[in-house]
Amino acid sequence: MDLLEQIAVAMQRGDSDTIGQLLRQALDNELAPKDILDNGLIAGMNVIGDRYKKHEIFLPEVLLAAKAMHVGMDILKPLFLKDEVPSRGRVVIGTVQGDIHDIGKNLVAIMLRGAGFEVIDLGNDVAPNKFIDTAVERNAKIIGMSALLTTTMPVMKKVIEQLKEKGLNGRIKTIIGGAPLSGEFAEHIGADAYGYDSVQAVDCIKKLVSGS
Amino acid sequence: MKSLLGRLSDNEVLVADGAIGTMIMERGLASGKPPESFNLEQPAVLEEIAREYLDAGAQIIQTNTFGASRLKLAQYSLEGKVDQINRNAVLAVKKVVGDRAYVSGSCGPTGKFLKPYGDVETAEMFEVFREQIGALISAGADVICIETMSDLNEAACAVKAAKEFKSIPVMATMTFNRIPRGFYTIMGVTIEESLRGLEAAGADVVGSNCGNGIENMISIAREYKKFTRRPIIIQSNAGIPELKDGRVIYPETPHFIAEKAKELLTAGVGIIGGCCGTTPEHIRAIRKVVDAHQHSTV
Repeated sequence: MDLLEQIAVAMQRGDSDTIGQLLRQALDNELAPKDILDNGLIAGMNVIGDRYKKHEIFLPEVLLAAKAMHVGMDILKPLFLKDEVPSRGRVVIGTVQGDIHDIGKNLVAIMLRGAGFEVIDLGNDVAPNKFIDTAVERNAKIIGMSALLTTTMPVMKKVIEQLKEKGLNGRIKTIIGGAPLSGEFAEHIGADAYGYDSVQAVDCIKKLVSGS
Repeated sequence: MKSLLGRLSDNEVLVADGAIGTMIMERGLASGKPPESFNLEQPAVLEEIAREYLDAGAQIIQTNTFGASRLKLAQYSLEGKVDQINRNAVLAVKKVVGDRAYVSGSCGPTGKFLKPYGDVETAEMFEVFREQIGALISAGADVICIETMSDLNEAACAVKAAKEFKSIPVMATMTFNRIPRGFYTIMGVTIEESLRGLEAAGADVVGSNCGNGIENMISIAREYKKFTRRPIIIQSNAGIPELKDGRVIYPETPHFIAEKAKELLTAGVGIIGGCCGTTPEHIRAIRKVVDAHQHSTV
């Protein structure tokens, strides 16, 4: 098994210590940071995502893999020149105003980072204008909104309406997720996508940024 | 008042209350504040909700303290008010129900993960629960209800913390998702594993709340019954929310839930109540079904 495969396997086990060792070894062997990222860390995270989607593994394995990803990125990041950290795109994410349930939102953030996206996490109880202002300021192309409560779901609609009022719809795309939501609701409020779970959310966002 | 566990062991079926959080929101919970802020600012609203559930026939009324642990309240910089928030919630319910119902001290997840998945040490988690549960008990709670748990280790921490106090009955409920190969919590815990862990920690009543409508809950109750002799508590959501004419509603009506509750009775469930989306009307309908059942079995 070559070094990159070993890194991917260690990622799947969520073995942060081994990730640290293998990454240093890979850098000593003069493997390119981008190669290590894509074919080691992200390759491992993709397997985690697939297995989670199939219910073969649960949240604990994902959380450990996310920690290992973090360790790996801490080592690799300084090696990329400032603007060259490979990013698939920038996503603003948060739980909507009035709602403080953030486990699902945090999972999506973890999986997005794992897939190579840059995530700006606004936390929970996020006001509509904060989503939009942040996306504009930071030049993010995607806003991801989460809600667990039926009472806070209408906030998502507000964000989408405000995007339209500002003429930003289409330029900034929206994806929603959360236990009480559905594709039907997403369509109803005019969201660009609905993520059933964190893995599917990442798949949808990949499609949204590539414009297909 | 007869002891809760004594009544359950005499095969009496008890009715618990329904949702609290959604009712507080309907009464104007401001954005950026937790439902527990009402305990400090508007305890009269808690009394009003308790009265509605008491009038509907609930014998176990929960306190508005689901998120009243130090770790959870810290999100609102209210971590210094754990005692007051829990105390006020118990007193509000007690004032209304007196000896006509049991005051159930609600204790939900902290929202943080234990090591190695998160950053919280087991000892700290234990202390967090002991602080909250201690406040609930000293204010006069009759029973502690540890609820909506996904992580068995966190749940066990809370049950053990409750068991540190005098002999107060402890109920513990987990939240399951149905996946093709059965029921699992998001942390991957099965019903059988939950039971083993909760019983080992000392839970007197075990069961499930939230996450499911009544039909899945019937399957969950049957699965629980296979593995335990302890009384079972089931608190179902009023279904999975759906969109109707542009509004979000919980689809399961009081009539539907009450009809299905008959199957919970057949499955041997000891306490039936409601979770998200259930109202005093749901509890009233369940009450009727439970009363009819008890008349037929006396």
